[in-house]
Amino acid sequence: MTKPANLLSPDTSLLTGAPVNLSRRRFLLLSAGTTAGAFVLGFGLPVGGARAEGLSGTMKPGTRVPAFLEIRPDNSVHLQSPFVEGGQGIFTAMAQIVGEELDADPAGFIVENAPAGSDYKVMGNGMRITGGSMSVRMSYSTMRRLGALARQMMLQAAAERLVAPVGELTTEPGRVIHGPSGRSIPYGQLAERAMDLPVPDPESVTLKDPGQFRWIGKPLARLDVYEKSVGKAIFAIDCRAEGMLYAAVQHAPRLGLTVGNVRNEDAVRAMKGVHSVHRLPGAVAVVAERWWSAKRAAEALQVDWREPGPESDVRYMPADFSTAAFSDLLANTPGSGQEAENVGDVAGALKNAHTVVSATYRSQYVNHAQLEPPSALARFNPDGTLELWIPNQAPEMFQADIARRTGLDPSRIIIHSPLLGGFFGRHFIYNTATPYPQAIQLAKEVGRPIKLIWSREEEFLRDTLRPMAAVRFRGGLDANGLPVALEAVTVCEGPTEGISGHKDGKIDPSAVEGLAGKAYAIPNHRIAQIYVKNPVMLGYWRSVGNSMNDFLYEAFLDELADKGGQDPYQLRLHLLRGNQRLSTLLQSVVDLSGGWKRGPFTATDGTGRARGIAMASPFGTETAAIAEVSIENGQIRVHDVWQSIDPGSIVNPAIIEAQVNSAVALGLSEVLLEEAVYKNGQPVARNYDLYPILPSDRMARVHVRIIESGAKMGGIGEPGLPAVPPAVANAVSRLTGQRVRSMPLSRHTFES
Amino acid sequence: MKLTINGITHQVEAEPDTPLLWVLRDELGMTGTKYGCGIAQCGACSVMVDDIVTRACVTPIESLENRRITTIEGIENDPVGKRVVAAWVKHQVPQCGYCQSGQVMAATALLKETPHPGDDEIAAAMVNLCRCGTYNAISAAIHDLAGDERTGQ
Repeated sequence: MTKPANLLSPDTSLLTGAPVNLSRRRFLLLSAGTTAGAFVLGFGLPVGGARAEGLSGTMKPGTRVPAFLEIRPDNSVHLQSPFVEGGQGIFTAMAQIVGEELDADPAGFIVENAPAGSDYKVMGNGMRITGGSMSVRMSYSTMRRLGALARQMMLQAAAERLVAPVGELTTEPGRVIHGPSGRSIPYGQLAERAMDLPVPDPESVTLKDPGQFRWIGKPLARLDVYEKSVGKAIFAIDCRAEGMLYAAVQHAPRLGLTVGNVRNEDAVRAMKGVHSVHRLPGAVAVVAERWWSAKRAAEALQVDWREPGPESDVRYMPADFSTAAFSDLLANTPGSGQEAENVGDVAGALKNAHTVVSATYRSQYVNHAQLEPPSALARFNPDGTLELWIPNQAPEMFQADIARRTGLDPSRIIIHSPLLGGFFGRHFIYNTATPYPQAIQLAKEVGRPIKLIWSREEEFLRDTLRPMAAVRFRGGLDANGLPVALEAVTVCEGPTEGISGHKDGKIDPSAVEGLAGKAYAIPNHRIAQIYVKNPVMLGYWRSVGNSMNDFLYEAFLDELADKGGQDPYQLRLHLLRGNQRLSTLLQSVVDLSGGWKRGPFTATDGTGRARGIAMASPFGTETAAIAEVSIENGQIRVHDVWQSIDPGSIVNPAIIEAQVNSAVALGLSEVLLEEAVYKNGQPVARNYDLYPILPSDRMARVHVRIIESGAKMGGIGEPGLPAVPPAVANAVSRLTGQRVRSMPLSRHTFES
Repeated sequence: MKLTINGITHQVEAEPDTPLLWVLRDELGMTGTKYGCGIAQCGACSVMVDDIVTRACVTPIESLENRRITTIEGIENDPVGKRVVAAWVKHQVPQCGYCQSGQVMAATALLKETPHPGDDEIAAAMVNLCRCGTYNAISAAIHDLAGDERTGQ
């Protein structure tokens, strides 16, 4: 799939005389910020007038076929994906979608992440982000149409070649067929001409009837598994540039502090292999011939860190900050909050309720802990362009951010987006939490390309965190034990307002998603947020607000059920009566698990077990999960997780199953093990030794059922997560009789 | 000093206490072996030294003279390694893929020593971290290989 050599070298195919699609070259030549442009210019490749005219920016994103597709004489289809691959299978899904309408086998696709450019802002909202589980659902029809346009261009080129009317032509995978004469031409022999044709009016092509799909909806093999099994996949940390030096940094132990005196600067500069020492905002860097030398030297630096002045524009971490105290502060912050949702009369219903249940639930900070540490390779080219190889989930946004930081025009900033070694929300624009501003400054100061890698310890120090929250719940039950009122007041800073700034009087939807918008028919409910700013940098974490809020809400719902003497499954069914989609979903997960069996019961191995159930509605998809747990030496063991997922309609069921497995693993990790603890203004964990993530022996068996209800297409990458932590917590509460109101379970004490 | 990697002897310039990982990645340009934690916690840097799985991030090269180092770049030259890779593809194991070089090395080392491991042996050997949570797919691939009569031949 990705071709390492091409990441770093000029497009050698032009030099070697290997056959290329010149239309694509011309496109690259003229479009801003692309891989080959700077180099190709040097060879004086002629520029076609028609193509240049076509680049005036008037074409709708996702329609300029040569910007996306190159079909080579060997019939391989090279696709520029608007979305970056980080394990979620998007390159394969894009090949399936485009290949379906192009009529080309997705298995023959070679996919890479497209450069920055307006053509690639294919999402329905005019953006380009790999996140929010949006890639397929927000670009589905556009990418299908792109494939259909390309097929139409193949037909037109074939019509010229065969001197036959387009109406007599059809396609079979990878070739155009002329039925009357029995002649056929492979796409690879048509592409050069086809890609020089004007792109047809997007409205002129008809998309396939889904009943005719050959590849969409099928469990096709992923395109990238072989390269990833033999070490050939290239991540940002693997990229190299000729003449580059390596850099490592030592950050201030607390965010906001500035660099004072470096007490041993001369000694560090004299260390073997060290090139230079540099002062950066909130960090000191060492540049060296090798990264190991740079890292050891950076660790040896003795820096006097200074308190920030009033001019500081980054968050400030006080020396006395602790997560334990902050969690209590959130729980005890008074107020009724800014309303996200207010239906009926909660106050009145609570007043008249037979029983009122009040409880405060809490979530913890969690780290991304993706296996690939952040890095950035920055190079200033002789022509004045700045070229970067950086992990990122939104090339144009990074380009704009770098333009703002450097004063360069965006067209002079070339962004390469290699495969992501996991992301989970880690690679958005986070001020102070990404290495590229440092790499750019170092490359400028040193005058050579710089490859900066953050050590795992520096990553844990500067990673953005999933927010903490304390949610004060009140629930009212009627005389039959059924909920008539529910209030949730979350005290928290949402990730979006953490990143983009809080607006007074506004609630952050990402702070309340999973609390608000619940489908349960509780006649009176009120969801509100109280904003409390955090001293840490907040970020998006797989499934964002849902990652904590569905735990908080669904666990409290079980508490309500127990107080009212209701079975939690039957109660949910009751609260969803009349909601066909969610009733079906809930029943399906119970069916998948062999029937509702809450327990406690004794398993065949003699262990006492119980099951918990929970639901979530993340990113346009509906999910329901059941978890079965036991206690082993005081530790929770999750044996099985059953999950039904209804994303409306699907592209690749095998990838969905893999993504649900993956999301279950992260959900288990969060509920069982994870918490970023701060003491004295510093994170206690700086590596995986003190920040455990789910290991192999804590993984559960996962059983997945996909339901295609035909509803509007939802997301896949994140939705499998949010129902898992509450399903586990509810099972544990049932098994132990101890109500679980916070994560992770490793901080609770259970008796075997 | 000299290091023998995937059957080829390389003269390397790094200091003797440099971890093998950084000699592989930076000096020799063999980037298939990954840096994850630097403290032998995650296993992304796993290689084989004389067929024993070894964490390259904490293994100084001075301990490796006259030893036989196998990295992911040479994995398919080993008949067991080749079968492991095939099983990884068959079971569609990788997601982001970053940890998978190390997972494949760990699986290969296990199967070279114990061609038909039981569940406990598999659990003891397959301890590398995967943030994408591909553990069930890894388990399926290993169990497939463990039951394969050809494994270990």
